[in-house]
Amino acid sequence: MRLAARHILDLESMPVEDVRLILDTADSMQEILSREIKKVPTLRGKSVCTLFYEASTRTRTSFEMAAKYMSADTTSIATATSAIQKGETLLDTARTIEAMGVDMLIMRHPVSGSCHFLSRHVSASVINAGDGMHEHPTQGLLDLFTMEQHKGSIAGLKVAIIGDILHSRVARSNIWGLVKLGAEVRVAGPATLVPPELEHLGVKVYHRVEPAITGADVVNVLRLQLERQQRGLFPSAREYARYFGVNRARLGLAGTDVLLMHPGPMNRGVEIGSDIADAPFSAIRQQVTNGVAVRMAILYLLLGGAEA
Amino acid sequence: MSQLLIKGGHVLDPAAGVDGILDVLVAGERVVAVGENLDGGDRVLEARGKLVLPGFIDMHVHLREPGFEYKEDVASGGRAAVRGGFTAICCMPNTQPVMDNRTVVEFVRGQAARAGWARVYPVGAISKGLKGEELAEIADMRSAGIVGLSDDGKPVASTELMRLALQYAAPFDLPVISHAEDPTLSQDGVMHRGRVSSLLGLKGVPAEAESVMVARDLLLAGLTGGSLHIAHVSTAQSVELIAFYRSRGVRVTCEVTPHHLLLSDQAVRDTWYDTCTKVNPPLRSPDHVDALRRALREGLIDAIVTDHAPHHQDEKLVEYDYAQFGMVGLETAVSLVAGELVGKGVLDWPQVVALMSTHPARILGVEGGRLEAGGLADFTVIDPGQKVTVDPKDFVSKSRNTPFAGWQLTGAPWGTVVGGQVMMWEGTLTAR
Ligand SMILES: [Zn+2]
Repeated sequence: MRLAARHILDLESMPVEDVRLILDTADSMQEILSREIKKVPTLRGKSVCTLFYEASTRTRTSFEMAAKYMSADTTSIATATSAIQKGETLLDTARTIEAMGVDMLIMRHPVSGSCHFLSRHVSASVINAGDGMHEHPTQGLLDLFTMEQHKGSIAGLKVAIIGDILHSRVARSNIWGLVKLGAEVRVAGPATLVPPELEHLGVKVYHRVEPAITGADVVNVLRLQLERQQRGLFPSAREYARYFGVNRARLGLAGTDVLLMHPGPMNRGVEIGSDIADAPFSAIRQQVTNGVAVRMAILYLLLGGAEA
Repeated sequence: MSQLLIKGGHVLDPAAGVDGILDVLVAGERVVAVGENLDGGDRVLEARGKLVLPGFIDMHVHLREPGFEYKEDVASGGRAAVRGGFTAICCMPNTQPVMDNRTVVEFVRGQAARAGWARVYPVGAISKGLKGEELAEIADMRSAGIVGLSDDGKPVASTELMRLALQYAAPFDLPVISHAEDPTLSQDGVMHRGRVSSLLGLKGVPAEAESVMVARDLLLAGLTGGSLHIAHVSTAQSVELIAFYRSRGVRVTCEVTPHHLLLSDQAVRDTWYDTCTKVNPPLRSPDHVDALRRALREGLIDAIVTDHAPHHQDEKLVEYDYAQFGMVGLETAVSLVAGELVGKGVLDWPQVVALMSTHPARILGVEGGRLEAGGLADFTVIDPGQKVTVDPKDFVSKSRNTPFAGWQLTGAPWGTVVGGQVMMWEGTLTAR
């Protein structure tokens, strides 16, 4: 089995068969992660580079661990330590790295669409590790994987995504993945942070948290970028926490075996109550583990699939 | 005086009451006669099967000289205009230094005269340095040859400055050309705000960023009695507001570009963030596009312009947010209008002549826009049946930033005559 695309850029255009294949492959990668010696030779001789124009220890480390467990060589380039600081264009940077023989570029970038742009101009595979406010497809896939792990099937699940939907790449990737797999998707947040056009995708849009959570099987809480307040999109973190934060009382409106998720890093006490974040129904730490398995699956399918 | 005879073309100018297979006789820079079976001419050109129209005037072009000659200059832009079938163009003042004084106006006119391609009519800045603070030396620029005023590229954010401009310019018969955009609404948006921007995660510019400013400017034109021209209208509300205030006697005209008539914000998604779709005002949603086409057909829009905005490839081969706004248009406009608007029944050729020649000449108060005895010998000759595929490599402009690459169109500029000089014939530029 092989993926239809050479790149992982977004879940919007990913065929549902590819979503399925990645999730199924991640299942077997999990087995490798549970071994004493977490190393397979599958990608020996392959070279992977992470190119991060935004700080993110979490996602970058997750990709690097995934690559190392598969025996690929990894290089990482971060903005603070490279020619990027000297004003080199994205295209020049990427082509320079590629000229050194890199098979895959994993990029995070603050501008939406940058990974699509890059994929048109390099011959390496490009993986989107988060582009601006657009998508974060590997996060979307690991969230789907986590939901399936707990709930069996995603079809028919009621999934509430709570928070700053407008600026969230995690939200967009979740929405596309969930819609493709047949979930009922609800989004909720302050009216200034929820684009009304999502209704065209069959998503239910709420501006209060309570009705979105009521009866939900999964509640996925998004990180609030506190700097949005400076643009006047919400009045204060205090008001946000009181009226839009997910706390124990609000979570009580959900179904009895609700699954609580958060892509991290959390603002405890703002968008998510500190006590519920560590509760038994929280999958937040498991999401991190699953992230490595899903990324191993993607590396395997893009770089090693041919020999398999 | 040398004579030129253009024989057997379909000569069309509704304003002059001309419509038929006719000959046009030119002496020097003027038309001597339009009629059947004319004789004479030191040089005889055959135009059978072609449309012979009064010269097209593009009211909205960025020539980039002085200051940004790596994108375009007066000569390359003038040549691109001729190649695209335009006999005259207006150049916007957002140069470096800004065209906000007599010296720069005279320099640009001098460059145009030396280049000798299309006629170039400068538009002077409204405010000194395009800063939006104080009026530029409008009367002095007028005597140096400007035909209008604009801070195009930027809005005049101050309501009071816009009021002053309309009031001060009126006695000089200069239209104030408004780039209508409320900067507090557009902020750092890079495309139309709507369904597509929400899905792509790009910052959006709401339609109201334009319409709010159009409403303001219309009220100010009413207040001052000044003459207002709204540049590149792109929203349904703008068109409605203009029609309403025009019916109440406000002196207002407006223009639209081919790209706002033919592309929607969906193009940004279809091309996955191709920066050639990034333009200001942004490509709007299909409901706005439909409204613009309806308004055009109903005669509520006065002119079609290109807003030709050349940029170097390096300024477009970057992330979407970092790319410059704008697209080139001089060499695609006629084929787009012929193939997509006339060919698909939105407009007929008499309407095109009004929109691209007669009205622009009237709005600017320049000679031209008529094909009649005694008038300027400026002609746009079109082959309405020629099939073309847009290929940016063929452009004579210095820049190639077009979203129309690969479009297959029927109809193309075939000849361009400026002041009796044949600048292009059979689609080939005359060596100069
Ligand atoms: Zn403009």
